[in-house]
Amino acid sequence: MADIRSIRAVRPVRDIRPNRSTRTLRVGASAAVMAAVVLAVLLVPPLVQLDEQAVDLARKLQPPSWQHPFGTDDVGRDLLLRCVYGLRVSLLVGVVAALAATLIGTAVGAIAGAFGGWTDRVLMRLVDTFSSVPHLLLGIFVVAMFRPGVWPVVVSVALTHWLSTARIVRSEILSLRSRPYIDAAISGGASRRRVAVRHLLPGVLPQAALAAVLMVPHAMWHESALSFLGLGLPAHQASLGNLVQSARGSLLAGDWWPTLFPGLLLIVPTLAIAGLAGAWRDRLAPRRRSELML
Amino acid sequence: MLELSNITAGYERGKPVLRDVSLAVARGEAVGLLGPSGCGKSTLARVAALLHRPDAGTVVLDGTTVHDYRHRAPRALRTTVGVVFQSPRQSADPRLRLRDLIAEPLKATGRRIEIRERVDELAHAVGLGGDLLTRGAHEVSDGQLQRACLARALVLRPRLLICDEMTAMLDASTTAALVAAVEAYRRETKASLLAVGHDQVLLDRWCDRTVSWAAPSAA
Repeated sequence: MADIRSIRAVRPVRDIRPNRSTRTLRVGASAAVMAAVVLAVLLVPPLVQLDEQAVDLARKLQPPSWQHPFGTDDVGRDLLLRCVYGLRVSLLVGVVAALAATLIGTAVGAIAGAFGGWTDRVLMRLVDTFSSVPHLLLGIFVVAMFRPGVWPVVVSVALTHWLSTARIVRSEILSLRSRPYIDAAISGGASRRRVAVRHLLPGVLPQAALAAVLMVPHAMWHESALSFLGLGLPAHQASLGNLVQSARGSLLAGDWWPTLFPGLLLIVPTLAIAGLAGAWRDRLAPRRRSELML
Repeated sequence: MLELSNITAGYERGKPVLRDVSLAVARGEAVGLLGPSGCGKSTLARVAALLHRPDAGTVVLDGTTVHDYRHRAPRALRTTVGVVFQSPRQSADPRLRLRDLIAEPLKATGRRIEIRERVDELAHAVGLGGDLLTRGAHEVSDGQLQRACLARALVLRPRLLICDEMTAMLDASTTAALVAAVEAYRRETKASLLAVGHDQVLLDRWCDRTVSWAAPSAA
């Protein structure tokens, strides 16, 4: 018999990811962008103490300059400052709504997958029912019930975005539940709770966490869509959707900066989060090649 | 030790995989169960390990008639039986290191104090040396992982060991080493063995008697 200590472990994983330097560059750039964004929204408002609502009609619609790097809007408010405040609201809505949606989705998916039978059937039909309504419409219905503000938007986004997470978690739990290692754990005396906490949940957590991260940009876009339609935040409050909405008129007059910068601030963090999540997904399941769904 | 009487079992209603099967394993005896693929051997092994509820028939384990299966079966009864499955890859939690894999039943039954001593003892018995115990399941070969799975099945000192095609995916030297480890354990503890497989030569040499099934049993 060969000496088992001399046998080296082999990893027959074929690497199908982009080459290493491209990956490092993408992850580095994404991390740098996200760090800048997070620092800006956390530090600028308390440190700078400028009024983002300060109106200066003498300086309305000025193109980008050293004094106003992003220019000014149609009532002379500084757009850089408003963009930072807008990004802050959008990120807050994005993160809180994504967390809430993931919690709901994980709970529903785990219960459906772990209990099976009628519980599973009823919960999954509920998911189908929710999915059959366009979720922007459902989101509008939810915000319409409350006075405009940040929290109704969070609730609206959370209540319409748990469906995919519930499906992912349920299918993962179902596939884990029938593995022989669950049988082995039961045979080894593990309680129902121990099997769930130690073997099933850790198996789905990476997937659920990844879904949560990918949900953040999605929730930001949803918030912007609601605000753009005038159903999200109150019109005076800066949010990326509101900024684009109020700049529509000046765009037709050839003033490009009030729409360009909020738009970029929506797109760039989205790509940065996708870059980071993609790298994480590659580490989680190197062999699985699925496209990121934003 | 184990008496299976008139067992009918399957996974879909009205389509039993096993029909009216009986099998007994006496205390200290080694019984080989031989049969072609798909004849229901593994299902019978799962019933005997209290992992699958039969549609009809009775299971008497260690003098106790079994009424409940899986989580509902009393823990003491469940842990009377140790099981080793065919595919080590499928039967090991991919997140655990081999040391934790072997110790898992001790943790699940609240016997943490015994872990260090018992794991080292079993690792030696099944031939896992060096740094293998600190490696994850994906960092060892199938043969090494199956050694760990055997150690896990033995860690609670079961009075009946069920090996469901334990060596089907392994080479001859690992097969010999695992069978030797099982036999050493049985000499020491007088435990019974139910070895399921389709290798007649192996089962004839390994077991006291071999039961042979024809394709689709008693259909």
